[in-house]
Amino acid sequence: MAEQAGYLDTVEQGLALHPEQAATSAAQVDLLFWVLVAVCVALVLTLFALVIGFSVRYRAGSRRPRPGAIAESLGRRIELGGAAGLTVAFLALFAWAGTLYLYLYRDPGGDMLTVNVVAKQWMWKLQHPNGAREINTLHVPTGQRVRLRMTSQDVIHSFYIPAFRLKRDAVPRLYTTAWFEASKPGEYHLFCAEYCGTDHSRMRGKVVVMTPEDYAAWAQKNGEGEGPAQAGERLFTAYGCSGCHRGRGTVPAPRLDGVAGRRVALAAGGTVLADAAYLRDSLLLPNKHVVAGYEPVMPSYQGQIPEDEILQIVTYLQSLEPGDWTVEPRR
Amino acid sequence: MSEPGTHYLNEGWTLRSWLLTTDHKRIAWMYFATITVFFFIGGLAALLIRLELLTPAGEMVESDTYNKLFSAHGIVMVWFFLVPSIPATMGNFLLPLMLGARDLAFPKLNLLSWYIFTLGGLFTMTAVIAGGVDTGWTFYTPYSTLFSNSAVVLAASGVFVVGFSSILTGLNFIVTTHKMRAPGLTWMRLPLFCWANYATSLIMILATPVLSMALLLIVLERVLGIGIFDPELGGDPLLFQHLFWFYSHPAVYIMILPGMGVVSEIITCFARRPIFGYTGMVISIMAIALFGFIVWGHHMFVAGQSLYAGILFSFFTFLVAVPSAIKTLNWTATLYGGRIRFTAPMIYGLSFLGLFTIGGLTGVILASLAVDIHLHDTYFVTAHFHYIMVGGMVTAYLGGLHFWWPKITGRMYSGPWSIVAALALFIGFNLTFFPQFLLGFLGMPRRYHAYPEEFQLLHVMSSLGAGVLAVGYLLPMVYFGWSLWRGKPAGDNPWDATGLEWQTSSPPPKHNFVDTPTVTTRPYDYV
Repeated sequence: MAEQAGYLDTVEQGLALHPEQAATSAAQVDLLFWVLVAVCVALVLTLFALVIGFSVRYRAGSRRPRPGAIAESLGRRIELGGAAGLTVAFLALFAWAGTLYLYLYRDPGGDMLTVNVVAKQWMWKLQHPNGAREINTLHVPTGQRVRLRMTSQDVIHSFYIPAFRLKRDAVPRLYTTAWFEASKPGEYHLFCAEYCGTDHSRMRGKVVVMTPEDYAAWAQKNGEGEGPAQAGERLFTAYGCSGCHRGRGTVPAPRLDGVAGRRVALAAGGTVLADAAYLRDSLLLPNKHVVAGYEPVMPSYQGQIPEDEILQIVTYLQSLEPGDWTVEPRR
Repeated sequence: MSEPGTHYLNEGWTLRSWLLTTDHKRIAWMYFATITVFFFIGGLAALLIRLELLTPAGEMVESDTYNKLFSAHGIVMVWFFLVPSIPATMGNFLLPLMLGARDLAFPKLNLLSWYIFTLGGLFTMTAVIAGGVDTGWTFYTPYSTLFSNSAVVLAASGVFVVGFSSILTGLNFIVTTHKMRAPGLTWMRLPLFCWANYATSLIMILATPVLSMALLLIVLERVLGIGIFDPELGGDPLLFQHLFWFYSHPAVYIMILPGMGVVSEIITCFARRPIFGYTGMVISIMAIALFGFIVWGHHMFVAGQSLYAGILFSFFTFLVAVPSAIKTLNWTATLYGGRIRFTAPMIYGLSFLGLFTIGGLTGVILASLAVDIHLHDTYFVTAHFHYIMVGGMVTAYLGGLHFWWPKITGRMYSGPWSIVAALALFIGFNLTFFPQFLLGFLGMPRRYHAYPEEFQLLHVMSSLGAGVLAVGYLLPMVYFGWSLWRGKPAGDNPWDATGLEWQTSSPPPKHNFVDTPTVTTRPYDYV
């Protein structure tokens, strides 16, 4: 396509020694990586120097005088000192790596460009908020945080963009999220990193990082007019959910506007957080968590709704604020 | 009293005298023969994988075939070679000798272990012949339970069966170590090889049942659809990963602790020095065995487990590296002031030291959460665990074999050729696996049949290295075979080593010792 002219394959041929850095996270991860490598190289070189040094100096034929055995107390101090020094160094590295992991892996919340990702054997199906759909290609703008909301409709896959240092498994039943902020326009590999069967190695695609202007043009051209949330609202009616949940049917059902993200009291006692996985379970396994005050009468939609439509319905329910629905459902 | 000149090898020549033997030394040979066959089957799969990866397009075999090759390679190498390797061969042969005992505590159980092992092997080989299995050695659900069209049930059953052989061997070793030590052989006089096998045995009996349960659940889910792991039925696919790694991470220590034991014997003998920090070594062995049980979640940092679980598992993983580092420090310090002889076993021992250190430290890189996001499931991980399991365990296995071969067979092998083989192993191994660290950092995922072109150069380097490595594996087969027929008699103690096994004749008599030995000194009493 014409607007992609500036985003030709930037992957270099031949022996590359460093992967591209195309997201803000890449340099942060690389700094830690190279510090770790430096520590390891220093330790390995020390070890090799000692082993080779001792091997030459104390080889069987050498006439060098042999020192007596190291006194037990000194030996213990060497061991404990080594252990303590390493523990301190390791804990510092652990803290650094852990802090960065929390920053990179915890959803920072707030307004982000949220792309729905459904993995299946052997392709990635993606949908942008404006409805634009893609397969095995992801167009994103620079300078804006992008959230991926992922699931799988069959086996476990893993969404891996080496240039972003980003990887997250797409697990059936679970909704996982990942976020990134692309920083360098270009085309980069998208791999499936979790073995998923025959064509695992061909479950590859690309990420096209564009300037914000180019992305806006691309999105406008490819948008379908109906984003995932709107599609979800349409499906919510089409599958007959609204009949009960929006109060027009004969059966009492809990109202769902603003339920996402809240804790829901259960008939069996206790509460459960209404996250995406809960909403999905409620469609497919309605008797798993029956809401307090209601009968377990909802039919299961198992096998009747494709995975991407479930994700659209979930997106719709998550977009609702309390009071968005004006009609009170029957109790 | 047996007649002069008779020993465990020539006291019976019939097939029956082998297949129904309860002599731990003969059973060790039966294990040795069986796992050698498995090693070369697993090695053949590896060879085909490396040939396929010479080109990026994946054109030598079909994708399904490739997937079955790496699955067979993993399953055979882990459960039918690495787990039994040192314990079932050298452990079996040497533990009673090192303890000054006539046999293991339960000789018949020992024979039963071998039959169970072989039965499990037949199951898994049947699976390979009946079309193969394509789940990887990890059997991840829901792929293995709902989607794979291969012989998953047969292969998992084979691994299930072979688990009982591990458990029985572990039980036998533990009881033997507790009850059958020679007079004066106190716990703190035990050779570290005995300690290492003792710790390994503890892991075997504690962790293997969990794997057995997980595999049984896979079979039940596949056959009956019970819904433990099936998300459609409300099951949890991640539950399998927790169960699997609860065994399979400790199993990594099953696959390295015995190697550490072997190397401790070799380095002390050829440096002519007592081990540096014996007590610290014992504590480290037991600490590794213990900590090994609480780090399994580091295989799941990107799998969807809680972020805070990830933090905890990372923390423990950093800690488990400390006792391993202490061991490395102590082996190095043992060399200080020694009179070092560079025989083949010693070259294997020093190779182990270097390769294990690289493997361990890259493990620390992978334990670092933020970096693991990038490196997880790439060739960096492949390289890391091959440095531990092949660079570490297989090197130690060959080192041990070269060290005790004169005791086991009563004959010597070619000195120069064995040094060539040890060097070929070290060089070939590094050529094969070092490029894989770079591949992983560049983003090359594991288990890829076809791959983008820019990774080809490093793959070619790795495949060429595998050729050198193969020489390092095949050469010993030649000169060991030669030595069986033509080798010079070794004498009882050719290396001038301490340890009770060197005090009896080579090969040892059927009941190991003419008179029960008494121990009055610490181990490794080299001056």
